[in-house]
Amino acid sequence: MEISCKDPVILNQWHPVSSLDVLTMDTVENTILLESKISFQLNSKEEVTAWLSLDDEKTLLPTRISYGFIWVSLGNPPKDLFLFPEFSESDRQNVATGVFGVNVSAGRTVENFLDMGHFPYVHSGILGEEPHTEVKEYDVEISEERDEVLATSCKFYQPQAAVNSNEGMDVDYIYRVPHINCALLYKTSPVDDARLDVIIIFVQPMGEEWVRAHTGMCLIDDESTAEQIRQFQQTIFGQDKPILENQYPKQLPLDSRIETPIRADKSAIAYRRWLSQKGLQYGVIPSAI
Amino acid sequence: MLNDLKKIWHPIASSAEVQKRHVFHAQLLGREYAVWRADDGNVNVWENRCLHRGVRLTIGINEGTELRCQYHGWRYANRTAGCTYIPAHPADAPARTICNNTYPVKEAMGMVWSGEEAFAEPVHFKNFEKYTVLRPIPINGNFNIIREMLSAKYRLLGHTTRDEVNGVLKVILKNGEVILFFVQPQDSNLSVLRGVVNQKYSDSERVLFLRAQNRILQSLRNDIEVLSKKRQIDPMIVQIAQVSSELSKMPQKKDIGRQAVLRVQVAEKKKTAKDIVSIKLVSLRDQLPTFQPGAHIDLHLQNGLIRQYSLVNGPGETNFYNIGVKLDALSTGGSEYLHKDIREGDVLACSVPRNNFPLRRDSLKTIFVAGGIGLTPLLSMAQSLDVMNLNYEFHYFVQNEDHIAFSSILKKLKKTPLVHQGLSPKLTKKKLNEILLYHNNSMNLYVCGPGPMLETTRQVAAELDWPDNSVHFEYFKNSNVIDDSSSFKIELARSALSLKVQSGQSVLEVLRANGLDLPSSCEQGACGTCKVSVVDGAIDHQDVYLNESEKLKGNVMMTCVSRALSKRLILDI
Ligand code: FES
Ligand SMILES: [Fe+2]
Repeated sequence: MEISCKDPVILNQWHPVSSLDVLTMDTVENTILLESKISFQLNSKEEVTAWLSLDDEKTLLPTRISYGFIWVSLGNPPKDLFLFPEFSESDRQNVATGVFGVNVSAGRTVENFLDMGHFPYVHSGILGEEPHTEVKEYDVEISEERDEVLATSCKFYQPQAAVNSNEGMDVDYIYRVPHINCALLYKTSPVDDARLDVIIIFVQPMGEEWVRAHTGMCLIDDESTAEQIRQFQQTIFGQDKPILENQYPKQLPLDSRIETPIRADKSAIAYRRWLSQKGLQYGVIPSAI
Repeated sequence: MLNDLKKIWHPIASSAEVQKRHVFHAQLLGREYAVWRADDGNVNVWENRCLHRGVRLTIGINEGTELRCQYHGWRYANRTAGCTYIPAHPADAPARTICNNTYPVKEAMGMVWSGEEAFAEPVHFKNFEKYTVLRPIPINGNFNIIREMLSAKYRLLGHTTRDEVNGVLKVILKNGEVILFFVQPQDSNLSVLRGVVNQKYSDSERVLFLRAQNRILQSLRNDIEVLSKKRQIDPMIVQIAQVSSELSKMPQKKDIGRQAVLRVQVAEKKKTAKDIVSIKLVSLRDQLPTFQPGAHIDLHLQNGLIRQYSLVNGPGETNFYNIGVKLDALSTGGSEYLHKDIREGDVLACSVPRNNFPLRRDSLKTIFVAGGIGLTPLLSMAQSLDVMNLNYEFHYFVQNEDHIAFSSILKKLKKTPLVHQGLSPKLTKKKLNEILLYHNNSMNLYVCGPGPMLETTRQVAAELDWPDNSVHFEYFKNSNVIDDSSSFKIELARSALSLKVQSGQSVLEVLRANGLDLPSSCEQGACGTCKVSVVDGAIDHQDVYLNESEKLKGNVMMTCVSRALSKRLILDI
């Protein structure tokens, strides 16, 4: 079976294809990964198998189950997936908050997730509000040892930041990008300001300009129902989608001459540099050297 | 072929499609355009892509004077397409050079015209003083096919057709009326057929005429689309317009020296108050560069003097610079010259606008305190807050009614200005105490006026515990006597140079003498243009630009007047 995507960097990754909670045992599911049709199935022993749908021999693809999702690779994936220890903390609620199809590249989707500057405009009244538009200085590093992009000491004004207050205030954020298409956001919990909620986005590249974004939350919260959490995430993503689909070009420019960064985009700049260093070609406009 | 097409003017919209407060999406030769009409009637044709993160500007908001991007709220000015505000960094003035890609534009015969490289004058069609625009017909087909079939169709109906330059088709109807047809090539297989007839009809006649033509063109369209399905041509390849290499990195300081790169003409000079004239300057040729509220220009007068004036312009007023000049009794020749010698039509040299007095637009409330001619930058600021519907109070201290300048602009402000007339220094101070009494940390104060009044305002604000970084001020001049007796060494961290500053020389002069071209404007420590970061050493601040806490911090200096207390300074240049 011929796989049309030829970029080893993306082929050798683990890619999320479904959250576990929506699957029925022993039923074959179909999806698209890097333009190839694939099928997968979960059995009652919680084992997953996957293969290229059009492959008569049904050669098995590498699979794994991690963090509530099924992951598949079309190449030779690394032994381990990135770390996400909060997922297994006993007092947390893990909710898959939905999968969203977007006509844009994976890189643009991840970058939008890292971006605070759009809160007052795109998520007005929820994650931000005019005129509180300042993105204060924060720190970014590309951690060699963990091979991830890390943005810390991020702060952004949020209206109604805490459960029992109508006042807006600065909320603290930490962003991790431990995988070229996956990002995690750590944010002060509205119920316990000493702990952090985690919001995740795992992007499945169906093609270079077409993705499914799998989202989820890992919360310290005994109040909200899974349904409420899902609704919230639907609203947020519903606001981002039309913006993402109106970005031109759709592929992420690693070539610096296409767009104009500002200091607030430090994390995006680091993310783009990190992708360049890895030599990624798929879904990006490589930098002209 | 494609390159020739780029040089031609094409209609890209009918005038009626480009309504105020709306952004129209147009496409030409594969490239997308955002087309928008400002409230002053000017039509802008820009690349349909925000320079920041590529979001289509057609989903942005036409605010009448500026276009705002939906993603991060960047604002781009009417005409210049220069970015005037980046909300993520409210304290900074955006680099003047952040400028969207603009394309030539003309409005004629009820249509908006553009062309990627249409730099020549458009062809003029005679006998089209009166006209009616046909309904545009979008067609899935190549422009060459459309042109051929269009001509055949009208000939079949017994009309005469003639090929004009640039692919225009002229149809002479049997009744003698003339229709000009233009095919707008959106992409290889996508076009819009636009036409205009040299007749202005009464309402009922017009409906009949348009309906009749529409019937012909719709059937033509069906024929073309059937044929085009079989003859698909590869889509056009569009080069993404690049940003300059300087913009692709973090913004850096630019515009060098004390240069007067613009030639401007006095378009209007009139008295606006006792001893104050308002002067409007227009460009002799090119578009004037973008300004932001708080910006000033250096005017290079014919008598050799260089003077700074703040712009009064509101957002989107980009086809002139408006300044206010007060006749200074102690004038050393600047204001007197502008008052007495300058006439409408005179040409002057001026610098690009510089903004060292940027306006934050993230305050819940802004307080403006203007004294006399200090009104000018604050007036520009208040107009900018108005378009964003932000809250402010505007206080204007004048001697008496005769001294109220720019009253037509003052009257238009959404918040009625509070004018305080004829107050003694003591009463002024009392008034300021009332004005500044209440404050919280999302308020900002902007003050501009004569030195003593500015001092009082800053003092009152400090007494009332306004934090230093929410008090923003601009002096007209530095009235401190500059002590330039010290001598010391400067080391330049980035260029690894070590230089000596003798008494009587300024740091700026020494840097320039050694080939380092630094921007400057007032050269007396008032405007902030020549600011440089200091890595090490104790600074002898002699300027009036920095506030006390900035001076204490000791990491920046004004190179035109400030010096060293220590034996050496290490500068970050
Ligand atoms: S993409 Fe337009 S403001 Fe950021
Ligand atoms: Fe968002």
